[in-house]
Amino acid sequence: MLKTFKIGGIHPAENKLSANASIQALAIPKTVYIPMAQHIGAPATPLVKKGDMVKVGQMIGKASGFVSANIHSSVSGKVKKIDQILDSSGYKKDVVVVDVDGDEWEETIDRSSDLVKEITMTQDEIKARIAEAGIVGLGGATFPTHIKLSPPPGNTAEVLVINAVECEPYLTADHQIMLEKGEEIMVGVSILMKGIGVSKAIIGIENNKKDAIDHFKKLAKAYEGIEITPLKVQYPQGGEKQLIAATIGKEVPSGALPIAVGAVVNNVATAYAVYEAVQKNKPLFERVVTVTGKSVSKPCNLLVRGGTPIQDLIDEAGGLPEDTGKVISGGPMMGKAVVNLEIPSAKGTSGILIMQDTESAREKMDACIRCSKCVKACPMGIEPYLLMSLAEKSMWEQSENRNVMDCIECGSCSFTCPSNRPLLDYIRLGKGTVGQIIRSRRS
Amino acid sequence: MKLLTVSPSPHIKGDESVKKIMYGVVLSLIPALIASTFFFGWQALMITAVSVASCVIFEHLFQRYLLKGESTIQDGSAVITGLLLAFNVPSSLPIWLVILGALIAIGVGKMTFGGLGQNLFNPVLVGRVFLLISFPVQMTSWSANSAVDAFSGATPLGVLKEGLKSGQSVSQLLPNLPTNFDLFYGSMTGSLGEISAVALLIGGLFMLYKKIITWHIPVAVLGSMFILQGILYLVDPELYINPLFHILSGGAMLGAIYMATDMVTSPMSVKGQLIYGAAIGIITICIRNFGAYPEGISFAILIMNAVVPLINNYVKPTRFGGQA
Repeated sequence: MLKTFKIGGIHPAENKLSANASIQALAIPKTVYIPMAQHIGAPATPLVKKGDMVKVGQMIGKASGFVSANIHSSVSGKVKKIDQILDSSGYKKDVVVVDVDGDEWEETIDRSSDLVKEITMTQDEIKARIAEAGIVGLGGATFPTHIKLSPPPGNTAEVLVINAVECEPYLTADHQIMLEKGEEIMVGVSILMKGIGVSKAIIGIENNKKDAIDHFKKLAKAYEGIEITPLKVQYPQGGEKQLIAATIGKEVPSGALPIAVGAVVNNVATAYAVYEAVQKNKPLFERVVTVTGKSVSKPCNLLVRGGTPIQDLIDEAGGLPEDTGKVISGGPMMGKAVVNLEIPSAKGTSGILIMQDTESAREKMDACIRCSKCVKACPMGIEPYLLMSLAEKSMWEQSENRNVMDCIECGSCSFTCPSNRPLLDYIRLGKGTVGQIIRSRRS
Repeated sequence: MKLLTVSPSPHIKGDESVKKIMYGVVLSLIPALIASTFFFGWQALMITAVSVASCVIFEHLFQRYLLKGESTIQDGSAVITGLLLAFNVPSSLPIWLVILGALIAIGVGKMTFGGLGQNLFNPVLVGRVFLLISFPVQMTSWSANSAVDAFSGATPLGVLKEGLKSGQSVSQLLPNLPTNFDLFYGSMTGSLGEISAVALLIGGLFMLYKKIITWHIPVAVLGSMFILQGILYLVDPELYINPLFHILSGGAMLGAIYMATDMVTSPMSVKGQLIYGAAIGIITICIRNFGAYPEGISFAILIMNAVVPLINNYVKPTRFGGQA
């Protein structure tokens, strides 16, 4: 029996249209819009001003505050201006606009494709390097990686869990990077293990990526302490808490971090970024992005410089289809619908999904028939139907008692509801309001 | 450029719909309909047709002219109510009583609460119990099942109850009762849809396969009936018949598979469903052995319907990473 998490879960159609598309580098655009907030936490502070010349890999934004990450230029050229534009969150954010001029890299970056296996840095050097390189979780949550490497006092890490699940339908960027950069990822995982100070790593991969599992199993033999665990295909297997439950069989207590059960979770693409940062001195300024959709003529996996307008990504995939209704940054379950196509790609952009009119329309809502499918689908063991009615009636105290704050917003409830009820929309409302109440109670 | 839709995630939806669920249930009832036609002839089809038509028409009228809303008959729930109501009455029931039952089921059982999803009690059972209490003679006049002429007049549970009351022992009564195989196949007297356990099981398996129901409620109902009756049987086999007889006879199968699993009136959490199902089984066995009626599952389900809001309030699903 394949391992999986025990409570809830759904199985949406996979639609991995770009599964066999090898990674190709997207041409560098004429102008990039590099956001200063490509991570959870405080935006970085711009270090450049209008008219400055920058090189590829040069730091142009300094982390400000505890939860924050450095930003590096993805191109070389002249800073045109520092402006505000909409990002995928739908809010205006600071961006550094760079007019591209050639492709001149910082000399310190090793651009060769040679595999550097030997890890010479010490634990502290690794942490410092990862922080310096602005690495954040590439699975979509974009939590700064260096913070994860230093557990809060009183906690010790025992195991590194690598999230190679890619359970979002349509997305294949992680799958492809595993096939093409397997050795580098193994070294990256070893670096993370050293950085965290653990001797064991488990790489969890969903069983729909058999080639990646076989490839990794072969590679892992040459590396100390790395174990490959194939997982049952079940959404949201890539949820941090679900992945820990599936791989090491421990449940992270409500409201606690993975470190409470001795685990640190990192995405597989993050491990690759760590390899590049530590072994090649290359900061995080580009990533693999899946561009896909049922009407897209060339679904593909692109290596994209940060700050490239998503219009360019879509053009590379054959242009925006006639029947487009919605464009999503990320996967269909947890991604965000974007307002326009000038929005720049960022560290957290794992995919651009182009949905047809017919797919993106929401159906008419029917009465709740109390089928309890949402309760059975919920991976956190909460009651979506009830939380929706409580939110409709503004009953926040009851919402809190019914554990609304446990919701991980995976969308399994809304996906499964036969009455097309917007359960997650209302639960978000409940989470937001209850969160405010909790914070005001504390202060 | 044309405007893009912007809405929160998730952006895709499964292919479940209310209609699909309801018509799935309708489909699953076909084996039982065939069995009842086979055993009771055209009379069974007639009652079923009248019941379904009345339920659908009443729902339309109530919805449009009383609640002044959109007619909801296309969702298929009234069709199910009609089918199941027919399955809960004897084949000889006068047609006007079938129509009256449908009026009570839809009007009182469903629409007074606000329609689909709002009703506290299973509408079919509201209709059935209304008929049973108000018209006991008509509701317990069993016409001959073509397969078992010998037993026309009383259901196996009725024969058992009367016999025990008159002081006979189980072993004296057994020759007058259908065998467990007869019960399984359908050679007994009873309401239209309850007689063939095998037809109901096929329908139940279909619903399980289509994920319309889960195993929890039917297994809890039948399991608790079996265990409790099993204990009684071990205590005194002359006073209490074997447990298999109970789960195969009367409305046990129909109740466990179709009536107790009614989504609207059963609990939401798995734990709640197990508690609810087990309680139904226990109450049923108590009524059958110690109560005035030979049958009891309809009452048991209605009683537990009333408890469902409490169960939903106190029995929470297993929470990830913590206590319920």
